[in-house]
Amino acid sequence: MRNFGKQSTVAVAGKYLALGFYVAFALFPLYWLAKIAVTPDKLIFTDGTALVPSSFTFENFRTVLLHTDFLAYFRNSLVVSLGTAAITTCIAAAAGYAFSRFDFRGKRLIIAAMLITQMFPLLMIIAPIYKIVAAVGLLNSLTSLIIVYTAFNIPFATFLMQSFFDGIPKDLEEAGMIDGCTRFQALRKIILPLTLPGLAATLGFIFTAAWSELLFALMLINSNDTMTFPVGLLTFVSKFSVDWGQMMAAGVLALVPSCLFFIFIQRYLVQGLTSGAVKG
Amino acid sequence: MARIELQNITKAYGSVEVMRDIDLTIEDGEFLVLVGPSGCGKSTLLRMIAGLEPITGGEFLINGERMNEVPPRDRDMAMVFQSYALYPHMDVARNMGFSLEIRKSGSEERDRKVGEAAKTLGLTALTKRLPKALSGGQRQRVAMGRAIVRDPSAFLFDEPLSNLDAALRVEMRLEIARMHQRLAATMIYVTHDQVEALTLADRIVVLNAGKIQQVGTPLDLYESPANKFVAQFIGSPTMNILSVEQNSNGIQLKDGTVLQMAGTPDKDSVSELGVRPEHLNIVSPEKAHLSGVAELVEHLGSDTNIHAKVPGVGQVLVRQHGHYPLKAGEPVDIALDLDKTHLFDQKGRRLAA
Repeated sequence: MRNFGKQSTVAVAGKYLALGFYVAFALFPLYWLAKIAVTPDKLIFTDGTALVPSSFTFENFRTVLLHTDFLAYFRNSLVVSLGTAAITTCIAAAAGYAFSRFDFRGKRLIIAAMLITQMFPLLMIIAPIYKIVAAVGLLNSLTSLIIVYTAFNIPFATFLMQSFFDGIPKDLEEAGMIDGCTRFQALRKIILPLTLPGLAATLGFIFTAAWSELLFALMLINSNDTMTFPVGLLTFVSKFSVDWGQMMAAGVLALVPSCLFFIFIQRYLVQGLTSGAVKG
Repeated sequence: MARIELQNITKAYGSVEVMRDIDLTIEDGEFLVLVGPSGCGKSTLLRMIAGLEPITGGEFLINGERMNEVPPRDRDMAMVFQSYALYPHMDVARNMGFSLEIRKSGSEERDRKVGEAAKTLGLTALTKRLPKALSGGQRQRVAMGRAIVRDPSAFLFDEPLSNLDAALRVEMRLEIARMHQRLAATMIYVTHDQVEALTLADRIVVLNAGKIQQVGTPLDLYESPANKFVAQFIGSPTMNILSVEQNSNGIQLKDGTVLQMAGTPDKDSVSELGVRPEHLNIVSPEKAHLSGVAELVEHLGSDTNIHAKVPGVGQVLVRQHGHYPLKAGEPVDIALDLDKTHLFDQKGRRLAA
């Protein structure tokens, strides 16, 4: 018994060691980001690779917030990311429900087409997208980014939503319809509340994807007014120098909405709402 | 109040026809059981009645009115699902009152009806719980409560007891029988369990491969099955089927034994003879029709099942009432109760004696 206990302590310690190592590995770049952000400019190079800076400052944050266009970039990014996440999730939820519940002509074809769109590297279609967006006069507008991001993310989001709908037994909405609901009422009153974790996951995923997108934002946006945050970060790189401290401070600030968003939705992500619906 | 009529109902998926020629009338207040092996179409038929599955052809009438295209919500039927299909995000009371909530009835009336149903089903203490905090039997009761609260014109049950353990199944079976006595509503019940069918039904419909094999009271089906399929499906243990042929002396078994039966059919189409295990008796050798060896003896307390091997005839199952002192390997001599045998032709149809 004691032997077993000892063994399991070793096993537990090993497990935590492995987890700790993994977390350190994954979070180290973030730590470095934060470290540079609070290091005074003149110490960045003299401190070198020391793990802890020899003095701290919040000057970089102050400069970024008060003396750069960072807040405008931030607002633009927020508009684009929230817009993309909301529109994509609505469309993906509707499409996912249809794929999960209905059989219709061309269903397999549409699914195949959506899969194919996921096979191309985005680089291939930058030029055509640019020409289309220019032709409709949407260059330098946040709308163009929302449309492009939405189009890219719909296939994946649809498959994600479909798998969530597939996880909800058909019996539930049939019971609802027998109880007097129309199909739409059954969807709204029974299926939707059970799909909240799925909606939250999809929202979170798309939000993060749009928040960190650089390639298309760089191509389609030139004016300072409509730059999103990843493009704006590049303005810290000037012809003769890179303002590392301010860039890192901006980066730290950019993490804030993603973190808040996930803290907000994580309770939906972990909820096992469908348990108890059917047997078992 | 509902009299349900199915006239010439067919069901096809694409070009594959899975049900045809379904003609059935369910009288108001009747308890009708649809029974058959897996895949016979019994659940599909029930779902067509509920409106969850489109009807391909034929007429579906409730109280004389065509309902083929009417959506489920306007058919005034309640359904208990095999999976119970309780709404996981609503507590017991809201689950039971959901149909009234949708129909916008007052909350006072709703509370009263839910309270009454909960009381009859012994759920009063559980009304604030979510389905995930209930046991299988309790969930089953909630599913029944949800149906009762609506006071529908007909109840549909889709294998409601198949997820319960044996003891609970018997208890809920009684509960459903009581519910039918109390409410006197039309009930249509799907099961693959012939014991449920025989104990609950006013009339039973036996289905196989999408076709109705026979409709009748439990006793009808037991005593005069229309064909070999019904004969073997109804009754437990299963009826013995022995190959026979008819000659001038009477019905002859494969081992040469001739059975003198009164009023045997004069056609020479007889191909098989069916006899239920309970209509076979172990007798002294001189009275026996069949002689063989007991291969396996099952003592059930109330009955003894003797699996005997009869040379030239094959396996025969004999059921003796009470405890019968016989061991495997001992010889058995068996007599048939000739009045209670059934003769079938090559196509499995029963030949009237």
